Amino acid sequence: MSTVKEKNMIDEILRMSGSDPKRCMKCGKCSATCPAFAEMEYHPHQFASMIDQGKIQPLLTSEAIYKCLSCFACMERCPRDVKPAKLIEAVRLCVIREQSRNHMTPDDIPCLLDEDLPQQAIVSVFRKYSK
Amino acid sequence: MQKIGVFVCWCGSNIAATVDVKAVAEAAKQQPNVVYATDYQYMCSESGQTLIIDAIKEYGLTGVVICSCSPRMHETTFRKAVQKAGLNPYMLEIANIREQCSWIHKDIKEGTEKAIILMTAAVAKVQLNKPLIAGESAVTKRCLVIGGGIAGIQTALDVADAGFEVDIVEKKPTIGGKMAQLDKTFPTLDCAACILTPKMVDAAAHDKITLYTYSEVEAVKGFVGNFTVTIRKKARYVKENLCTGCGICTEKCPMKKQPNEFNMGLDKRGAIYIPFAQAVPKVPVIDPDACIKLKTGKCGICSKFCQVQAIDYTQKDELIEKKYGAIVVATGFNLIKLDKFGELSYGLCPDVVTSLEYERLMNAAGPTKGHLLRPSDGKEPKTIVFVQCVGSRGNSCKEKSYCSKVCCMYTAKHAMLTKDHYPDTDIYVFYIDVRTPGKNFDEFYRRAVEQYGVNYIKGQVGKVYEENGKVMVQGSDLLSNEQVLIPADMVVLATAIEPDESARKLGTMLTASMDTNDFFTEAHAKLRPVESPTAGIFLSGMAQGPKDIPETVSQAGAAAAKVIGLLAKDKLLGNPCVAHSDEMLCNGCSTCANVCPYGAIEYQNKEFRIPGGVETRRIAVVNEAVCQGCGACTVTCPSGAMDLKGFTNRQIMAEVDAICK
Amino acid sequence: MIYSYYPGCTLKTKAKDLDMYARKSAEALGVTLEEIPEWQCCGGVYPQAKDEIATKLSSVRTLASAKSAGQDLVTVCSACHHVVKRVNDDMKNDEYIRTRVNNYLGLEEPYAGETNVIHYLELLRDVIGFDQLKKKVKNPFKGKKIAAYYGCLLLRPSGVMAMDNPENPTIMEDFIRAIGATPVVYPFRNECCGGYITMEDKNLAIKKSNQVLASAEGKGADLVITACPLCMYNLSKNGTKHSLPIYYFTELLAEALGVK
Repeated sequence: MSTVKEKNMIDEILRMSGSDPKRCMKCGKCSATCPAFAEMEYHPHQFASMIDQGKIQPLLTSEAIYKCLSCFACMERCPRDVKPAKLIEAVRLCVIREQSRNHMTPDDIPCLLDEDLPQQAIVSVFRKYSK
Repeated sequence: MQKIGVFVCWCGSNIAATVDVKAVAEAAKQQPNVVYATDYQYMCSESGQTLIIDAIKEYGLTGVVICSCSPRMHETTFRKAVQKAGLNPYMLEIANIREQCSWIHKDIKEGTEKAIILMTAAVAKVQLNKPLIAGESAVTKRCLVIGGGIAGIQTALDVADAGFEVDIVEKKPTIGGKMAQLDKTFPTLDCAACILTPKMVDAAAHDKITLYTYSEVEAVKGFVGNFTVTIRKKARYVKENLCTGCGICTEKCPMKKQPNEFNMGLDKRGAIYIPFAQAVPKVPVIDPDACIKLKTGKCGICSKFCQVQAIDYTQKDELIEKKYGAIVVATGFNLIKLDKFGELSYGLCPDVVTSLEYERLMNAAGPTKGHLLRPSDGKEPKTIVFVQCVGSRGNSCKEKSYCSKVCCMYTAKHAMLTKDHYPDTDIYVFYIDVRTPGKNFDEFYRRAVEQYGVNYIKGQVGKVYEENGKVMVQGSDLLSNEQVLIPADMVVLATAIEPDESARKLGTMLTASMDTNDFFTEAHAKLRPVESPTAGIFLSGMAQGPKDIPETVSQAGAAAAKVIGLLAKDKLLGNPCVAHSDEMLCNGCSTCANVCPYGAIEYQNKEFRIPGGVETRRIAVVNEAVCQGCGACTVTCPSGAMDLKGFTNRQIMAEVDAICK
Repeated sequence: MIYSYYPGCTLKTKAKDLDMYARKSAEALGVTLEEIPEWQCCGGVYPQAKDEIATKLSSVRTLASAKSAGQDLVTVCSACHHVVKRVNDDMKNDEYIRTRVNNYLGLEEPYAGETNVIHYLELLRDVIGFDQLKKKVKNPFKGKKIAAYYGCLLLRPSGVMAMDNPENPTIMEDFIRAIGATPVVYPFRNECCGGYITMEDKNLAIKKSNQVLASAEGKGADLVITACPLCMYNLSKNGTKHSLPIYYFTELLAEALGVK
């Protein structure tokens, strides 16, 4: 059973993502196509299924939310228009919007830089991983 | 002055749970000329009908309003009931307080209020009802079957065996349809050709059946019992009455570069060809887009070799007009095009094939003579992956929303037949659900798993690509929570089924309704499954929805029974709710004839006496046997001359007034 | 032919070549690209959540600027194109986002997705035409086998990007033919190289880049072209096991047109 806070979070996730996990027919095509599958402890189809069942807690603490490549292959190939990428992003936002939960901070950046790195890599890291 | 009775049905809890039926009956008693009103649990039941009949007799009712389900459900039932009590059946009105009220409302107050309004409108209408008498029309005792696959053949044989004439119109050069292309059939694994070709021969040999192959329906006019159909018999360039089917022309044709449709384009045929050895009729046809003689005037080799002078390059399409009492739609199906499924590499990688192509590759009469060889290099595949639900059960613009129904079973069949011939083949089936409801179906599928060792993997395939001569299949194994990559030699896609592309055009010609997927809809999903809502049109096979062969044959027989029931009648009672033109108001402007979809309106010059002499005016006259009562003419008539019996302008306005009060 | 042009930040710094050759080639093809005044960074990644309003504002300013110039907006960087095009789609079709963005920006005339956003490749295909381009090529890349790398951003989601068939695209292959080379079609041309993850998980970026390059190499490519500075960085830097040269498509275009 999920707590009130978890229920609110799920509502928030559904609202932010505009996705309806009830549409999922559990075919797993999203996970079949995901290029970050091996790096994710929870896979795209599990996001749809776990959010639908209210099992949000494991997702909130999972590293998987930072491994999504935002390549949209799952969204493109899903036969039921579930939009797993949007669900994953919404879960990540729920986490990093909490106080002091930024996944990446300016202090982390210098050691990751090299001379060829385009700034769009840095900008997008902040967009994806901190608020 | 009418004496009206109002009967409010509970429909169990279907209506009574959301509508206060007693309140509706009480409200009815306040309506003008209502002398009796009551409610009852099931008005359509025998005791419900008796209640109506008794009330008509006891209170001398002249008009009846029944507040119940849709008139599409029980109008006929109740008309018969009031007729039993001596009333004209058209003195009945139905207020639909179920589909249009109780089923769509949750709040009992709202539901009751609306039910009362609907009842009031029906009472207002019935005040103005007049007895109507249906005319009669004769029945042409011949049936047209459109489509010559197993569905069409079976319906035709059953109707013909009952002694009625049947014509089959088939657009391909041979009858047989998709079943002729199948190798073996589940769940008993009989060879499709062995059970189908005798039926094809029976149909051709039957003295009551006429085949129009390589022909299409061009136009349909008329109505139930009296259809007039124009059939275009396309030029074959071969005289059917002379040809012996020896096939020498097809061997000698130098233009052997055309994709062979029967083998799904996996090999080539000539410009003159017989689709397959058991074709019926076994008469070749010349493909005008490929024939050198027809395109350039040179060649003529087939004609030189034909010993019976059957080749006729000057043949033209022929239009045939015939009359029918009933029409059966058996237009069948196709597989969807896979050009939007590039991730599965169909069309990019030759070793990715559809299930129908796989049938041909397994078939002894197929392009590889039944030796399973993959298209790219002609080698025997050692690992084969089957992908289920390709294009079915989706809701994006690429997929069909429905389950194609036959794929689970034919895939189990493909897997077992492959293992029978090549026991060391590794077979994987990616599935979402395995759906096998049918007699001996699940047992069949379990055999594939348990006895044949076919690997069923729960999950869908995400990407298929060619790499170093292998077809790489990247898919989900959901039960192990893994992403798997299988280096396969061949991939078979269980491609979604869709209605044949001719269906849409035909549906318009027949004014037969179709669903959003272009499957023909049945008059009632449960109780009238083989009839179209359009009278005289019947449905057989995949044209109505995906189904397997056993189901198709049952449905074909059921459609035949309905056709026989119709053709056995000498006369049909017409619909008295037809249009009628008031000759004193009509100015002969032709507006009504221009909108009439049935061609039911003609014009006459009629003499009218006027003060001081006679004048001749052009006026509209409705052919009541042809009119279907759609009402298009009444709304378009600028002078208000046209009116629809049973739905007169006055009646409709009375209903509107009652609702708006 | 005058178009509004949005280069994006990276094209002013690490990807100057992509920008410079795009401009030179456009000039040679008779197309004027007018840089949008005072444009801002698009943010590099499309913010997917419905309630992300502030992160979409800079793209809307660019779009509104093109609208007031009455011009179509041309982009060249895949990431910018993706972000700007998707934000434009939101402004056109998502009332929630449209209302909030307009309330915040307070533009003279509210913006509702009126601008037509096209990628430089679409300019070549749909406005100039690959046949016409072919005629203007002075130095064709005869005999070169070139692999087009689409990545994710140009094609997906296809309903919004609407550039080409997302699974079997042809626009870059047609471009390659137009400049006289032979396109190499390889399975991973539309699979992700992991560019966005390079700072978070370098190993994953390395794995994905190598997969793409192995696929191109396996089909016999001499070189790879891309429209994306992030893919360029990632494939060159993280494609550790391969030495296939990677170029911006605009550089090859300029060379073919003789304006390099």
